[in-house]
Amino acid sequence: MPEHLPRLRAPGAATGGVAGSGPAGTGSTRLDSYVDRYAARTRGMTASEIRALFSVASRPEVVSLAGGMPNISGLPLDVVGDAIDDLVRHRGTVAMQYGSGQGDPRLREQICDVMRLEGIEAHPDDVVVTVGSQQAVDLVTRIFCDPGDVVVCEAPSYVGALGVFKAYQCDVVHVEMDRHGLVPQALREALAHVQAAGRRIKFVYTIPNYHNPAGVTLSTERRAEILEICREADVLVLEDNPYGLLGFDEEPYRALRADEPDGVIYLGSFSKTFAPGFRVGWALAPHAVREKLVLAQESATLCPPSFSQLAVSAYLDKHDWLGQIKQFREMYRERRDAMVNALDDMMPAAARWNVPTGGFYVWLTLPPGLDAKAMLPRAVTSRVAFVPGTAFFADGFGSQSMRLSYCYPTPERIREGVRRLVGVIEEELEVRHTFGTALPTPGVPGRYDGPTTDLT
Amino acid sequence: MTPTSEDRDAVTTRAGGTGGRSGDAGRRVVVLAGGLSHERDVSLRSGRRVAEALRETGAEVEVRDVDADLLRVLREDRPDCVVPLLHGESGEDGAVREVLELVDVPYVGSRPSACRAAFDKPVAISVVARAGIAVPRSVTLPHETFRELGAAAVMEAIVSSVGLPLIVKPARGGSALGCTAVREESALPGAMVGAFAYGPTALVQRLVEGTEVAVPVVDTGDGPRALPVVSIEPDGGVYDYTARYTAGSTRFEVPAKLPDDLATECARVAVLAHESLGLRHLSRSDLIVDPDGTVWFLEVNVAPGLTETSTVPLSVGAAGLDLGELVADLVHVAVSDPSGATTRATPAIPQTNP
Repeated sequence: MPEHLPRLRAPGAATGGVAGSGPAGTGSTRLDSYVDRYAARTRGMTASEIRALFSVASRPEVVSLAGGMPNISGLPLDVVGDAIDDLVRHRGTVAMQYGSGQGDPRLREQICDVMRLEGIEAHPDDVVVTVGSQQAVDLVTRIFCDPGDVVVCEAPSYVGALGVFKAYQCDVVHVEMDRHGLVPQALREALAHVQAAGRRIKFVYTIPNYHNPAGVTLSTERRAEILEICREADVLVLEDNPYGLLGFDEEPYRALRADEPDGVIYLGSFSKTFAPGFRVGWALAPHAVREKLVLAQESATLCPPSFSQLAVSAYLDKHDWLGQIKQFREMYRERRDAMVNALDDMMPAAARWNVPTGGFYVWLTLPPGLDAKAMLPRAVTSRVAFVPGTAFFADGFGSQSMRLSYCYPTPERIREGVRRLVGVIEEELEVRHTFGTALPTPGVPGRYDGPTTDLT
Repeated sequence: MTPTSEDRDAVTTRAGGTGGRSGDAGRRVVVLAGGLSHERDVSLRSGRRVAEALRETGAEVEVRDVDADLLRVLREDRPDCVVPLLHGESGEDGAVREVLELVDVPYVGSRPSACRAAFDKPVAISVVARAGIAVPRSVTLPHETFRELGAAAVMEAIVSSVGLPLIVKPARGGSALGCTAVREESALPGAMVGAFAYGPTALVQRLVEGTEVAVPVVDTGDGPRALPVVSIEPDGGVYDYTARYTAGSTRFEVPAKLPDDLATECARVAVLAHESLGLRHLSRSDLIVDPDGTVWFLEVNVAPGLTETSTVPLSVGAAGLDLGELVADLVHVAVSDPSGATTRATPAIPQTNP
């Protein structure tokens, strides 16, 4: 970005003027000379008070229940190190070279092995490797959505996907969830309502397993029904499944894609089952869609990073990756227990939360009258952080809720974090009580004040 | 963009020998940025910018957060000077500077007692009012008062005394965090709750409509002087956090398009505020010029933002100065006279806390 005001100007010109005519360093400025040139989709990209507050959450004094960083400290770094050493020594010129836009063929075979755990029988030709599954959300939206197209999402939905849908100027319609996941009748009605209004629904975006942020899982009974509803309405399903193998007590759920090869695009990721730094995810799509995704991938990145793909591939080859996932599951289960027990012990009775059976998150709804976003500054003062619920809605809803993550802090820190959070809630209740609880809490539609990915 | 040597000469000549003082190159400076306040992010931005500008003057600069390791580092690897760019609590309330005095490291900026007075908006307002500066009618109350006396009755009294429109702010803090303008009485409870989320005490102030301006005051050894007045016109009408830190969302005029006498008055008020609070080296006064030509004092910052979108660097540029050279000059002054030549050693703090 160019600088707009030179640091120095000629001496003697102490006063001046208007834009374009004054001496350098004086005049009118917006500090961004491109301000009238940005695309319409850039409009929401602004600094935000909430994001600024997250900046404090990265300090060690703060118990961050806000981040979504997986805890990868249990990874066998020696094994990974040897594999990468071997990769550079023996296949370095391949690993450091451009690769195919669709992704490394061997890795795509291994991805099919991973998906088989969830009942998916797929061919490696139908897999497109992406830069994390986040890029897969982007590519799918890019090839399907024109501005104004409708994307149906759960309420709440993943903040990162909402950001993508916003960037492509989609209209998000939220559909209710309950403890068994997406509510079929609510989905049926929403699809009918939107279609009756003559609007085009491009896809239903869903996270069936250990939902981010809601923590719930779509029940087995509902899976067929959801697929049937989408089939009837002729609406594509975008199944985002980063946490599917991180269930605590059960076998992996059968993926939606396993029973509907044509109507579902499935997204997977190694970020939570291995490590997010490699940025390797994938999309499994019907062949025609896959062709478009490959072309879109080529225009976006030429090819997904070869080095990362081959490193992940080598890890899968040389390490007991399933055993590693089992260890991750145990560790996250212990943290889930720490959080839920702390909530049970300390939270005011009027607060509600769910008990996730896998994944990283608890969705907590505050006692009536409280606004999670308005509470965040107080929480920062008390050295605890969470993500306000409004981040997970495109329409300003969710103010009474928050996402609490248990993936990164230790069980002891989680308990301490909940203790601090309870203190914050009690103080806020007192202030609300003083001023009356029926305060208007306006949401800002279309602002995604989520934390950055490097937040612990 | 690196200034040419010709440009440097021009500044040196114009500024009467300040800038690029001989013997200062290679000086070891620690820029403190980050901290645990709500304004951590702003502070990190300020720190990055100042560190880069200082390095261009030849200083050896390290940017450090405030943490449990800081004192050890300052003791064992003592820098020539510290530039605290911590905003908000502990950065601007004088606490960190008090510690710098304990370990006897020179630093740029006001001394702790002056910081304490300036950072507390109600205290600062009383001090500058006693010096004859116009301040909007205001009242400062902790949350307990509302709880004990009944919020409705207290708010009614506030509205009838202060009048509408008004603005509610946390008594301590910056970057407009927790500030809400209230134009209808019904919005007051929400605004109070918003301010109390940032701290236990709120300042309720009559909202003066007019031109919002910022006036930096610097003292590089020859006494405090005002830099060009910057006027601020946020697109949405409110200079809130988003408007402050999103490039492009606010229009700045520098020097402000004000009649000469008003610009001079703004400069006088800013210098007077700086002096009456006993500030040192650098401050920024936020003022409002109303349509009648009265210059109202809102607040003063002892660690003004020095980010890419902050007003002080704009003003510094309009004055024909280089930000790095200016900070290097302030470092020079701080090192030469660490005990701190302030205009008044202690601020005229009123006996009773308003």
